[in-house]
Amino acid sequence: MNKIIGLIGAAVLLAGGYYLGQANQPEPTIIKVPSEPRAAFSSSGSEEVASAATAPTRSLHTPTSGELIVVKDGESIQEAVNAASPGAVIKVMPGVYKETVYIDKDNITLSGVIEQGNYPVLEGEGVRNDAVLYSGNGVTIENLYITHYKGNGIMGQAGNNYIIRNNWIVDTGVYGIFPQLGKNGIVSHNVVSGIEDAAIYVGMSDNVDVVYNQVYESVAGIEIENSRHALVEGNMVYDNTGGILAFITPGLPIKTCGDVIFRNNFVVDNNHENFAIPGSLVSNIPSGTGLLIMACDDVVVENNIITGNKSAGMIFTDFSLASNAANDPESDPNPNRPRILNNIMRDNGDSPEPVVRAFLATQLELRGPDIVDTVGMDDGCILNPERYRTLGLEKYGECEFDSTANVASYTLPEPVPPRSMEDLDKGKLVYYGVCAGCHAYNSRMIGPPTQIIQALYMDNPQGIADYAANPVKKRQDYPQMPPQAHLDEETRLAAARFMLDLTK
Amino acid sequence: MISRFAMWWPLSAAVPSDPNPVIKHLALSLSFCLAVTLASGAHPVSAAITLSEDCPPGFELAAGHCELRSLYQMYPSLEDAGVGGLKTGLPAYRDGFSPQQTDLGRYLFFDPVLSADGTVSCATCHDPDRGFSDSRGRSVGISGAPVRRSAPGLWNVAFQQRFFWDARAGSLEEQVQGPLYDEHEMGNTPEQLLRTLNGIPAYRELFAQAWPGDFRSPESQIRLDHIYTAITAFQVSLVSLNSRYDQYAHGYADALTGPEKQGLNIFRSFVARCAECHTPPLFTNQQIAVIGSPEPDGLPFDSGAQQPMNDPSQRGGFKVPSLRNIALTAPYMHSGRFATLREAAAFYTGGRGHAVPEGEELKIHWHIWEPQLTDDELDRLVDFLRTLTDESFKPREPAELPSGLPLVHNNSAPSGITLTGEENNE
Repeated sequence: MNKIIGLIGAAVLLAGGYYLGQANQPEPTIIKVPSEPRAAFSSSGSEEVASAATAPTRSLHTPTSGELIVVKDGESIQEAVNAASPGAVIKVMPGVYKETVYIDKDNITLSGVIEQGNYPVLEGEGVRNDAVLYSGNGVTIENLYITHYKGNGIMGQAGNNYIIRNNWIVDTGVYGIFPQLGKNGIVSHNVVSGIEDAAIYVGMSDNVDVVYNQVYESVAGIEIENSRHALVEGNMVYDNTGGILAFITPGLPIKTCGDVIFRNNFVVDNNHENFAIPGSLVSNIPSGTGLLIMACDDVVVENNIITGNKSAGMIFTDFSLASNAANDPESDPNPNRPRILNNIMRDNGDSPEPVVRAFLATQLELRGPDIVDTVGMDDGCILNPERYRTLGLEKYGECEFDSTANVASYTLPEPVPPRSMEDLDKGKLVYYGVCAGCHAYNSRMIGPPTQIIQALYMDNPQGIADYAANPVKKRQDYPQMPPQAHLDEETRLAAARFMLDLTK
Repeated sequence: MISRFAMWWPLSAAVPSDPNPVIKHLALSLSFCLAVTLASGAHPVSAAITLSEDCPPGFELAAGHCELRSLYQMYPSLEDAGVGGLKTGLPAYRDGFSPQQTDLGRYLFFDPVLSADGTVSCATCHDPDRGFSDSRGRSVGISGAPVRRSAPGLWNVAFQQRFFWDARAGSLEEQVQGPLYDEHEMGNTPEQLLRTLNGIPAYRELFAQAWPGDFRSPESQIRLDHIYTAITAFQVSLVSLNSRYDQYAHGYADALTGPEKQGLNIFRSFVARCAECHTPPLFTNQQIAVIGSPEPDGLPFDSGAQQPMNDPSQRGGFKVPSLRNIALTAPYMHSGRFATLREAAAFYTGGRGHAVPEGEELKIHWHIWEPQLTDDELDRLVDFLRTLTDESFKPREPAELPSGLPLVHNNSAPSGITLTGEENNE
């Protein structure tokens, strides 16, 4: 009997144990996933570039005319540029070129020839300012090795439709590559290191792709500053003080930054000592910063691998980081609408810099986070926030989109045209903008009245255009006209035609 | 036609019975001026003035208004900010005034009748022959003593958004009230100014030409906004965009010499960084910058934009001036500390904050650093700066003024020498 009871008891225990065991075994978690796909990413830039979806991605190129100029070791690149017409291709053979090259004309291709791994070298010897300056539109600069300049490697001032690619820039001053105040450009496949500010710095620009570059051992790897519609993708960014930055710098004449995509970059071990120039904004960057977004709006961070940055993986902040600059009431200091999609983040924040540690102390934290928003924005979004160690993201919602794949490029499908001349006649602009200093319609100024010139030349605008280029003393009672050969023939002719048609 | 002098003169004859102290004062100073004028043999009497029906050079007459025309209108500008490189469009600008308003502004600009005692005109401190400045470190107005800051040149003010060294005015109409009513500059009051101009029939006639719709009855009065608008209209006609630099920018490579091109490349290099704030095409980015430039010896530190902006971080901040026609407006900086362009350029290579007085903590602009420019580079910079000179649209001075007063701006002393003959480079 006792045995039976014992057996039954054992059976009950077994069953109970079985039951308990069953109850402890995890069951597959089944979650109902909304069948609706997420919304598509959209921004002002995405709409701008979507208008001609048929064009291949980054099809921008510098127009060529067939003119080819070869520069050999011992010759001057600048002399070739001076001799070049728009559309020329300047091929620079391997050799050492000790000069500053400036390109103030349109559609010039400056292209190094690489032989057996030997590049043409622009050598600054620590005394020259910048290696290449351009202010023309449609410039391509490629295949150069640039080193030992004091200022910038390649610097643009307002050229549109630029391409800077395949350059190797080593130990070259303040910025390695610095397109500024231009629209529509590509910075790709450059290797840049040893720069005391940003290796690649896009300043006050619109529509630029910074893609497939390798940047290291610089204070900042890649910086997008006061710019709009920038795609930073596929870059290898390591061993800098800070990896990739999107900034509003206060006090600049173009005061916004926004619509920036950081996608598919490797942002690894950016723990270099900060060796920036005292007083510069990047001197404030804590060593060990992966991504730093200061005041820039609508920044999307997607599918980056961000690891081993010892202060923090990703920082969103306001101007409090730029405490050494004067305020700018016209710039909004907040990093509005941050968008953090999926990223791979680990081993960030292991040994934060003192400035980061001080902030962490206010949050009762010791280790730096993967992601921190020092402002605590309430209009941000993030996907899968549980994957990361975060600070200040309490008010972030879930992003409505999970990909920016519909933006293959922020460069424009068509090059930026020169300003539309619809209602602007060049002849008129020259007549009023230049000639009118000496000629009025019916009154005497420094030169004779336009009416008198009309009577003399009637149907002969070419006569005026030719005379204006090489004037001679004609009238005793007037000073000799200064030559206007600074205007090209077409322009002088347009002005002459306008002058002859004038009726008041 | 009655001469405008004859029209004006009886007013002073009526002084004893006239309760208007302004007119009385003016009449007395006029009598003095008249004596001087007559003594020098000039004839003050002429026919009534008809305001010009033509726009000033650089402008096209369109539907009664003068519209700016420039080759720079061919070029785009990022975000329409008017900053960039060689072929960059202009920033936002003022135009659209009538030829008559512009010409009336010219008379007002040169007429000392705008000052409290008839001794100072706008042109006293903004002399067309001195780059529309006055060759002084600090200007001297009605009180005879130097004022706080230097007179900025007026070329290309049409393109500027903020006025005064400390950027405290947002329009030319607002700006003009500063010197008019400053006790040390022109010393006037709005009431006195109106009484004076309305008391001069020649001016009433001219304002009627400029604003026919506002002067339909004999009782119509000149208003303050008429005065401010006319002076603004004249000032926006001071356009300088035809320098040799501009010829280079438009594509004529030979417009600059070799050394000048070297200077341009230093100017826009990221070592000197001049162009980062003095950005083409206007050669200013129109921002306020704290650069830590020193005062002349013995003068206290000038807090600059801190006061109007009510922001300690702007302490010592000043508007970035345009460098167009800069070779004409020595001495340099807000109070004329530097006598030459060379000295002004050398300031920027003296070291970050090197001239900041002890105890001042300034947020010095990040572009102020230690570029270590060589003597040769400084010389080339000056070479380049001299290519920014263009006075081809310089307006003509009126031969005679509606007030009957003589022009006064040529009375001022040449550069560095005061009227009493002593040297003064303040």
